[in-house]
Amino acid sequence: MSGEALTEAPARPAQWEIARLLLRSSAFLVGLAIVLFWVFCSLFGAEIAPQDPYNTDLLSQLAPPSADHWFGTDALGRDMFSRVIVGARDILTVAPLATLIGVAGGAMLGLVTGYFGGVVDNIVGRLIDAVLALPLLIVALMALVALGPSNGAVILAIGLSFTPIVARTVRSAVLAERELDYVAAARLRGESALHVMGVEILPNILGPIFVELTVRLGYAIFTVATLSFLGVGLQPPSPDWGLAISENYGLIGGGFWWTVLFDAFAIMSLVVAVNLVADGLQTALDA
Amino acid sequence: MLQIANLEVAYRSRGRDTRVVRDLSLHIGRGEAYGLVGESGCGKSTTALAVVRYLPRGGRVLGGRILLDGQDLLALDKHSLRQMRARHIAMVYQDPARALNPSIPIGRQLAEVFALSGLAAGETQDRAVEMLRRVRISDPAHVMARYPHQLSGGMLQRVVIAMALAVDRRLLILDEPTTGLDATVEAEVLDLIETLRGEFSTSVLFIGHNLGVIARMCARVGVLYAGAKVEEGPTAEVFEQPQHPYTVGLLRCLPRRGRTKRAGPLDTIPGFLATTPDLVPGCVFSERCGLAADLCYEVAPELVQFGDRFSRCHFHERASDLPRGSPSAPPDASRRHTRQTPVLHVENLSKTYSGGQLRVAALRDIAFELWPGETLGLVGESGSGKTTLARVLLGLTPPDDESIVKLDGEALPDLASRRRPEQLKALQIVFQNPDSALNRSHSVRRIIGRALHKLAGLRGDTMRIRLLALTRSMHLADRFLGVRPRQLSGGLKQRVAIARAFAGEPRLVVCDEPTSALDVSVQAAILNLLADLQAERQVSYLFISHDLAVVRYLADRLLVLYLGRVMEAGPAERVFEGPHHPYTEALFSAAPDLQGRGGRIVLTGEIPSARKPPRGCVFHTRCPRKLGRVCEDEEPPLSLRDEEGHAIRCHLTTTELAGPRTNAVAVL
Repeated sequence: MSGEALTEAPARPAQWEIARLLLRSSAFLVGLAIVLFWVFCSLFGAEIAPQDPYNTDLLSQLAPPSADHWFGTDALGRDMFSRVIVGARDILTVAPLATLIGVAGGAMLGLVTGYFGGVVDNIVGRLIDAVLALPLLIVALMALVALGPSNGAVILAIGLSFTPIVARTVRSAVLAERELDYVAAARLRGESALHVMGVEILPNILGPIFVELTVRLGYAIFTVATLSFLGVGLQPPSPDWGLAISENYGLIGGGFWWTVLFDAFAIMSLVVAVNLVADGLQTALDA
Repeated sequence: MLQIANLEVAYRSRGRDTRVVRDLSLHIGRGEAYGLVGESGCGKSTTALAVVRYLPRGGRVLGGRILLDGQDLLALDKHSLRQMRARHIAMVYQDPARALNPSIPIGRQLAEVFALSGLAAGETQDRAVEMLRRVRISDPAHVMARYPHQLSGGMLQRVVIAMALAVDRRLLILDEPTTGLDATVEAEVLDLIETLRGEFSTSVLFIGHNLGVIARMCARVGVLYAGAKVEEGPTAEVFEQPQHPYTVGLLRCLPRRGRTKRAGPLDTIPGFLATTPDLVPGCVFSERCGLAADLCYEVAPELVQFGDRFSRCHFHERASDLPRGSPSAPPDASRRHTRQTPVLHVENLSKTYSGGQLRVAALRDIAFELWPGETLGLVGESGSGKTTLARVLLGLTPPDDESIVKLDGEALPDLASRRRPEQLKALQIVFQNPDSALNRSHSVRRIIGRALHKLAGLRGDTMRIRLLALTRSMHLADRFLGVRPRQLSGGLKQRVAIARAFAGEPRLVVCDEPTSALDVSVQAAILNLLADLQAERQVSYLFISHDLAVVRYLADRLLVLYLGRVMEAGPAERVFEGPHHPYTEALFSAAPDLQGRGGRIVLTGEIPSARKPPRGCVFHTRCPRKLGRVCEDEEPPLSLRDEEGHAIRCHLTTTELAGPRTNAVAVL
């Protein structure tokens, strides 16, 4: 703007502006509240649950919701309310870790392919295309069948299947950055490729990486629940939501809807909430 | 005709109105061209947008009236406003590529304008062809089928002008219509606007920061400062005898024809535009004005009229007494040519891009030497290979195998990654666009500090001390060290970029149009800085610019490129004096200057593609002095024309080149 002055408009750091936009978005705030609620449950679930989620009570099998059992009980007489609360823990450990692995791996892969281009980009790019051609769930299923079901295996399987998707997004962001003159300036003072990628380019593409993180988290939660439902994810006696639905869905026909409904609601609320947060972030970062 | 009376426009940000146009009145007669000049941020474009009622979000008109032939534009309802825009007012922006829809062929976009004006569908095609012909597009049918990305910038701007003038407009607003174009193309577009204005008798509001262009185009000019008109009058008179210190300052910032760094630094306007002009009690310019007296700080001056001139200054009759804003002593350049080896020795340098069957010779057989403390100016139209040459020298792109590049007498590896640290630090660059050149997530301190660490090998306190010394020598205040580039103005950003280039005591700095994105007053300050640094440190520059006045100010020697070939080379004075290569002659004559309308050589035709360069002399397709078959068949050598090293690549003899053009060419 004016001669040699500090321009007036962006006097505050950009982060402040983004925070202000986020706090104004009610969808984001609602999403954040739900996510925080489930995070709280996963951290302190055992303490706040009214009953022991693993305690079988053969006298009150399949009891409908009541004052004693708010969400009823399952076929083994375990308190559904406590199981839903405590069930947050496994999914909220496995899904974020899987997401972190996927986004970190994808960001690295995207940085390398985008920055070097040429042969590297061609080889890795075709591999990514090949992986992307397969449905996510099939890839994860195959991996779990090979690795055998365990929490670690689920994390790895989902994380690795996210990697190529994230790599794509990051690669395109890097391609745009790479053309800017500050990258040329860095090369002209003899910076290593690692420095250019990690210190020069990475800070400028954190926005899309952050959005990718939240979007992938939503998918991860859904995938973990699905894998558990299919029996290759989390294993009994975990009170995991997907697993609980898998154990109990045969009972819906008998009218025992409460054994499935509340777990389903829990999964839905978490996935929707994470997506609300992701949408909010994306809007704020694009503004 | 257009009449603007007491216009007030404000932008609202964070709940506060900031007035950006203040009590502006002007009128433009039928068929008249009126120029509006001033630095960026002074309200030129806002005024134009207010006229077409297209202010960006947050902007609104607080008061005043805008009348077009007596009709108040501000009072129009939605429907009449659309009618007004469709039929009577047209606006041409700076970047034609963004004004056209990239996915619709030119012909359909143009026909749309006619359809909007109510023409029958059958007629629109014919009218579109006719209109393209009127903007001197030689093969309209062909162009109609093209998409915007298939045409050059000059061609696109002609299409945009064709669209603007497609229906008989009453008002044409041109917002820096030629800023992104080459001087030769600019000259052509300006001529076109001038001719069409006569044909259609349209009123023109011409916004520009290039005073030379305004001088060429406009009968009257208004000078804006901080949203207020500070001076107005017939263009020739205002530029000849300015009556406001701001106008005086602006004019003095320009490197006038023939001025060089040896004559001393350019004048500058000290200080900067007040961010809150409403809070300044007296004259808004008083803070930067060397003439300001007590009265100026207390009482805001009224616009006073004398004859057909206006000035908003208490002391307008002594405006030309304005003292200089920078010292006038020329920098000490006594230590020249102390070494026996040139900093840079380039011989037989070529660069061929090849992809599949295609071979594009971007540079062919370039040779030059650059001595310590010397500036080599590199001029030529876009596509001539200037930037490719810079990238090759820096090691960002490898040259062809047989090329020879020596730094201080020692062969330089092709790629930056293979160069030794002392070779890297010896060769640095200042880019054209500081927004792209500075990492936006790093602070100024970090950007310069990292360069000092890598190039000068400094760390810790030694580095911090050098950092302060370096930034101070760039006239960067310490308080800017903690901020990020986006919080700095264009001039400050460019200073940061220069500081980074100078971190390792470079021997040669490539300056790739370093001032083309800046206002003239800021440009003057940056040019002074570059000249000072050169005199002080004996650094050499490879200075790329399309602004010949700027090149002349800094350059000791000149290289004129066309399609990757050197057409003319030699000491700057010799090249500027002539005799010129016909291409150089055309370039020089196309450059607008304040004296206005000299005899201009218009180059016809587009720049040929480097993919298929013409046989023989590459310039023969556009050459106004073409001899005949010999030019088409045989490429002339770059031959020496005097003892001082002035060389020209042309079949014509020196005497013939110095003489008048013999064959019939358009001289407008």
